[in-house]
Amino acid sequence: MSDLTDLYQEVILDHNKRPRNFRTIESPSHHAEGYNPLCGDRLNLYVQVDSNVITDVAFLGSGCAISKASASLMTDAVKGRTVAEARALFERFHHVVTTPPDQPVEDLGKLSVLAGVREFPVRVKCASLAWHTLKAALEREPSTSTE
Amino acid sequence: MTPSAASAAAEARTAFDVQKVRRDFPILSERVHGKPLVYLDSANTSQKPQSVLDAMDAYYRHANANIHRATHLLSERATALYEGARAKAAAFVNAPDAKSIVLTKGTTDGINLVAQSYGRSTLRAGDEILISWLEHHSNIVPWQLLCEQTGALLRVVPIDETGDIDLEQYAARLSPRTRIVAMGHVSNALGTVNPVRQIVEQAHARGAVVLIDGAQAVPHLAVDVQALDCDFYVFSSHKMYGPTGVGVLYGRPSLLEAMPPYQGGGDMIASVTFEKTLYNVVPYKFEAGTPNIGGVVGFGAAVDYLMAIDRDGALAHEDAVLAYATSRVREIPGARIIGEARHKTGVLSFLLEGVHPHDAGTILDREGVAVRTGQHCAQPVMDRYGITATIRASLGVYNTREEIDVLVRALERVRGVFA
Repeated sequence: MSDLTDLYQEVILDHNKRPRNFRTIESPSHHAEGYNPLCGDRLNLYVQVDSNVITDVAFLGSGCAISKASASLMTDAVKGRTVAEARALFERFHHVVTTPPDQPVEDLGKLSVLAGVREFPVRVKCASLAWHTLKAALEREPSTSTE
Repeated sequence: MTPSAASAAAEARTAFDVQKVRRDFPILSERVHGKPLVYLDSANTSQKPQSVLDAMDAYYRHANANIHRATHLLSERATALYEGARAKAAAFVNAPDAKSIVLTKGTTDGINLVAQSYGRSTLRAGDEILISWLEHHSNIVPWQLLCEQTGALLRVVPIDETGDIDLEQYAARLSPRTRIVAMGHVSNALGTVNPVRQIVEQAHARGAVVLIDGAQAVPHLAVDVQALDCDFYVFSSHKMYGPTGVGVLYGRPSLLEAMPPYQGGGDMIASVTFEKTLYNVVPYKFEAGTPNIGGVVGFGAAVDYLMAIDRDGALAHEDAVLAYATSRVREIPGARIIGEARHKTGVLSFLLEGVHPHDAGTILDREGVAVRTGQHCAQPVMDRYGITATIRASLGVYNTREEIDVLVRALERVRGVFA
């Protein structure tokens, strides 16, 4: 059970139960929907970028504990960062969760609780869904529509 | 009697020896994450008995050659084994003769064959294809493709809250424009056993042909295509203890005769010139290219395996284990069973309050318990219940009540993690 407790750490269970920034943003500058057809998980990510800084970020959706906690932790981690910093953090996070479990990885602070997912290859996608959705949202032209 | 006592009594009444069956399946003694394997994912794919493994091994060691083509001894052996499996499949579903059995890659392949050959050559714009809300994606998407190609319309019969097809709505949606009715025999997501005889009869009264997707039925129920009077019946080897990559399409002989080929290639022709090609006779007309001969041989052995066991006893055993599993899971606080049709077999889909099925699946796996979690290739069924996924425990002939106890203890662990 030890590797299970690695995966389902208190922090993850807490963010699953009480996800941070679990709401919508009215007319955000960036938005994307993430979808994992394997499990049917859906996630809507709202990002407000002002002068190249992520001033607000929020999400809504349904998913497993790993994907929900990862989305929640991500919103906390990227809020206040520049777009370039957020992109760099995506790369670092992606590297951490895709590195084989027997190899060392850098410490990403709170985000490191998700490194346990490396022991569960089929769950890496769950941990990555929010980050891929963030990347997709930031790659889009800022939306000017109010729809 | 409590439900579990009743199921215990029902199980005891059957002379079916599940421990003997378990010894036939070598993989069942496997350990996963240091725990004994509890395999509850047979609706996804079943495990294979030693006799199937042996048949395939012997084929490759002693008979491997291409079929229908060569004059040498190995080719004769291979052809005899291949055609022997076709004859076994015919007997297995009581088809009128072996020529009405087309060997395919699987259920999906069989449905696509019927859609593209029968459907595409007969449907016109405005014709209707009727399916149910319970269908697996493989009994939805081939018909959507056909609709795009022909201008036909896809109609869907709803299900009620228990997971039964709404037969009043079925009758109401059958119209003079209905050309094809395509329905599952047993639902892979919920386990509902559909009243296929009645479905066929009502469709025929309107002049429609009926395809029955039997992928989840043949591992459990004895099927008689002549008694059902269906026009097409499709199923897969790998869900009935045979290897992957092989399936069967039974077709009413008069329909198969009239249908154009599905794919072109070797073995499906009588003569080829650049001016004109003459097609081979049924069923070879539908079997282009070198097939999965070794797989078909293994499938033949799987048919033998099922025909040799006491199928009534096996079904009674499986139903008793399902009843036991249902009552045990129902006792778990926060458990919600999805699909409680009057007649079910082999499948228990459920949710645990506050736990996503994927998380449950990961924790169950660490306890040695293999289940499927997700939408089970049946997204409309999930949408019907307003959910995105379920935990699905599905049974084979080898599952026991003790394994259900392991499942229930593992589910308690799941609840412990998320308490």
